[in-house]
Amino acid sequence: MGVAIVSVRELGRRFDASAPLLQRLLTRAPRRFVNAVDGVSFDVEEGTTFAIVGESGCGKSTVTRLVAGLDTPTHGEVRCLNRTGNPLHMQMVFQDPVGSLNARWRVGRSIAEPMSSALPVAARDKRVVELLEIVGLKSSDAMKFPQEFSGGQRQRIAIARALAGEADVLLLDEPTSALDVSVQAQVLNLLKDLQDRLGLTYIFISHNLAVVRYMADRLAIMYLGRIVEEGPAEVLFEAPAHPYTRQLLDTVPDVDNPRRNREPQAFDIPSPLNLPTGCTFHPRCPLATDVCRRQRPVLRNRPNGSRVACHAVAD
Amino acid sequence: MTSVQIFLHRFYDSDLFWKFRKTPAAVIAAAVLLVMVVCAVAAPLLAPHTPFDPGTLNLMDSRLPPAWLEGGTITYPLGTDEQGRDVLSTIFYGMRISLAVGVAAVLLSVVIGVTLGLIAGWFGGWVDAVIMRMGDVQLSFPTIMIAFFIDGITKAVMPTDLRELTRFYVVILAIGLADWVQFARTVRAATMIEKNKDYTAAARLSRVSTMRIVFTHVLPNTLGPVIILATLGLGVAILTEAILSFLGLGMPPTQPSLGALIRVGNDLLLSGEWWISMFPGLALVLLVLSVNIFGDWLRDALNPRLK
Repeated sequence: MGVAIVSVRELGRRFDASAPLLQRLLTRAPRRFVNAVDGVSFDVEEGTTFAIVGESGCGKSTVTRLVAGLDTPTHGEVRCLNRTGNPLHMQMVFQDPVGSLNARWRVGRSIAEPMSSALPVAARDKRVVELLEIVGLKSSDAMKFPQEFSGGQRQRIAIARALAGEADVLLLDEPTSALDVSVQAQVLNLLKDLQDRLGLTYIFISHNLAVVRYMADRLAIMYLGRIVEEGPAEVLFEAPAHPYTRQLLDTVPDVDNPRRNREPQAFDIPSPLNLPTGCTFHPRCPLATDVCRRQRPVLRNRPNGSRVACHAVAD
Repeated sequence: MTSVQIFLHRFYDSDLFWKFRKTPAAVIAAAVLLVMVVCAVAAPLLAPHTPFDPGTLNLMDSRLPPAWLEGGTITYPLGTDEQGRDVLSTIFYGMRISLAVGVAAVLLSVVIGVTLGLIAGWFGGWVDAVIMRMGDVQLSFPTIMIAFFIDGITKAVMPTDLRELTRFYVVILAIGLADWVQFARTVRAATMIEKNKDYTAAARLSRVSTMRIVFTHVLPNTLGPVIILATLGLGVAILTEAILSFLGLGMPPTQPSLGALIRVGNDLLLSGEWWISMFPGLALVLLVLSVNIFGDWLRDALNPRLK
């Protein structure tokens, strides 16, 4: 067991989704809140990849923003301390390769941004060139503007910038979902390679299970703001317990068995403004019983090292 | 190559300059504007006479028609006014004041508008609401009313001689205060877009201060539309100044802008001395027209959707 350097406990983030004050007064509409993240707890071990998987709107991006400190939780806490008890340095690689770089800054300037201002200019320039070479770009690229690069190259630049901050933890928010499949593989390989060489810890957000299977050591499945199943990647992929995990895995294309019979899943994700009672997954669940409609299941530890929140799963 | 040469070379090679050369209207407007700006800025050097030095004026020369009419002389190419001042020279000096007021007023609106727009867009919430509602209220007053208002205040609190001295600044203030809203709205909208782009989140993760993010990241990304609006706003500001001066709220007759010259000449229009107000009027039309044509071209050239 490695050391858990990121600990998230009972994390919650509630957003105010009320109508504007005047409209509320006129129509007597009540205030409305969305629990985008509700009671999420997990640990990330040093040097490993922790993946968070879920449909859009399940709160996985909010969790990353909370862990990064870009947003403040409504309850719960995030503890990010390294072995020696000092605060961790975090950097992020974003989904959108266009918006993550300032179009008016030369790439070298963007990469140098996280570096300490105490560092002399010459040393910074040298480090920028090193970083560009680490991510597989040319040193002359530092003088170019982001518009002169492809999406995959921009993601490499974003990775170089993240590395420039000497980060211990990289938060990867769907870093490859905007890229072509061939380019995705290159970026993923680069990330894996960097992790091996620099001992980085990754928190990896994705909705692409094939990518997660390749990258993750541990993963958490989120549904409507809560973790429904969490555990070592091999356990979740080989023996998924929660019906939602099983449904997700069922959607992964299978080259060996293209005509396999799949469960049709016509049901839409419920509105987070109006959550179902009990287990929020029950309207979509093939195993739902009366208990599921009344009582919300809690995460229980299972003997194989995973945790699952489901009434229908036996221990 | 020196950095200046590199810069000039880049400029000459740029898309913008290429588009400029391909648009005759813009080239002509820019050329006219350049000539007028040079005449205005270098008025003491270029003007044939010194119209505001009473020692050089000769009342015998008053109300002379332009040179090509009977009774005109080449000494006063565009004729003289009732005090014997050379109309061409007064136009040079008048443009100087009109341009100075216009540029200063636009700069004032840009500074106020950009600052308030950045604050409103970045902080949002009630700060945004207060600033933008202030802007809405501001827009419901015509510029002229604000000028009347400021004029009234200065009349009440300042002695006459001081008021004459500060007229120039009061006019700038009146026009500048009236036009900030369009800049604030544009910058606010652009700031809200830039704020939510991931590069500002990356900067925050690197512990860059909010001030630094706003000034180094957000501000440069909002300035494109501001430059266009400012160019178009310059024409409006010069016109507003002319209107105020024509109404007697702007520059005093001792320091006449183009508008004040038109006002002075207007009284003599019906007695046949048309050149005293016509030529300053023509200069004003030419100045505002060339600013606007150039501004329109700039807007089209910098609009990414029209590329």
